[in-house]
Amino acid sequence: MNTRKIEILVGLFVALGVIAFAVLALKVANSGISGSGEYYVLNAKFENIGSLKARAPIKVGGVVIGRVEGISIHPQEFVPVVNMKIDANYECQFSDTTSVSILTSGILGEQYLGISPVIASESARQSCLGNDSAGNSEADELDDLFGVESKALKNGDMIADTKSALVLEELIGQFLFNQGGE
Amino acid sequence: MDFLQKLGHKTLSRFAALGRSTRMLIGALVNIPNPKKGTPLLIRQLYMIGYQSLLIIMVSGLFIGMVLALQGYTVLVGYGAEDSLGPLVALSLLRELGPVVTALLFAGRAGSALTAEIGLMKATEQLSSLEMMAIDPLKRVIAPRFWAGFISMPILALIFSAVAILGAHLVGVDWLGVDSGSFWSIMQAQVSFEKDILNGIIKSFVFALVVTWIALYKGYDCIPTSEGISKATTETVVHSSLAVLGFDFLLTAVMFSG
Repeated sequence: MNTRKIEILVGLFVALGVIAFAVLALKVANSGISGSGEYYVLNAKFENIGSLKARAPIKVGGVVIGRVEGISIHPQEFVPVVNMKIDANYECQFSDTTSVSILTSGILGEQYLGISPVIASESARQSCLGNDSAGNSEADELDDLFGVESKALKNGDMIADTKSALVLEELIGQFLFNQGGE
Repeated sequence: MDFLQKLGHKTLSRFAALGRSTRMLIGALVNIPNPKKGTPLLIRQLYMIGYQSLLIIMVSGLFIGMVLALQGYTVLVGYGAEDSLGPLVALSLLRELGPVVTALLFAGRAGSALTAEIGLMKATEQLSSLEMMAIDPLKRVIAPRFWAGFISMPILALIFSAVAILGAHLVGVDWLGVDSGSFWSIMQAQVSFEKDILNGIIKSFVFALVVTWIALYKGYDCIPTSEGISKATTETVVHSSLAVLGFDFLLTAVMFSG
């Protein structure tokens, strides 16, 4: 076997080692690059996020439709704000009365976001998508009747109705407090 | 008296062997390297020791990762904690299985070959011929093999861990249905670069030193007969495997207990 071939194969060996190191360093130990695909972003304020982590799944009835993109603190109100990346197919499908809660899978499982969807009305969906119809549909009239103006959730919107994570210590604390009060 | 004499003889011969092996290592390593002459020799040995061990390392890594995922899943699913499969697999691979299994496979695949090659060189008086030509066999034969082993094994251990984690992903996510995002995100949250990955690399450098040193010494010091070579080859695998496991315990105690 000639020298050139040996050198190429050794080069391959070392390159594989470098790739393995990069995979371990970036993908296993740090936050890596997430998968591609079309997404839109929603935000939600919580009082307490428990141990929710970035990249946790977002589920509707158990089906994953997106991932938590990041968690930050609201600059004025000092409450956690969760950025959610949701499949673009679901843009303008949910009404702004939709609620989000932090749930736990199993007893010891990880926490995820559960969305209880309220389906947006046809007119809200159209106006959200930018096809502003004349605005004289029946749904609009109904909304006017009840004095509600329901909109569809689009990129960058904030979900108002949120339920925080259950923290076991707080529950136990409340329980003991109530016991003591009796 | 006989017993005492035997004990003394054994102790002295052990220490003499330790001294000879240290002298061999120092003789091989303490010199001014000549890049022009040394590099081709090193590359040839990297090919023999590193590249040719690649296949067995990758295949074993894939299967060990798959088995870990399968076993871990069956236990974790009982607690509804199958999302923690990622950190379970990654931590056990990076901290223990990657360096240790690589070192054991390396001792069997490359260490035995080193011993046999050098032993045969000694038996056929090639080493003496080199000395007759005023070429130091320690520098010409031992040094490139030592460095090749010392460089190759950490690389092999890294490849082993990476392939094994991919194998675990294959079984855990694609087959058993663990959520892919949880698999990676919890793994990333739990695995630290300094504590787990770097310590694993340090471990595999220590194992590389131990295994290559034992393999080279056993070959260099063997009785130059066919029986002596076969004995030396067996001893290489047995001693280096035991040394790897012993050092693994020591290193784990130092690195991860505190």
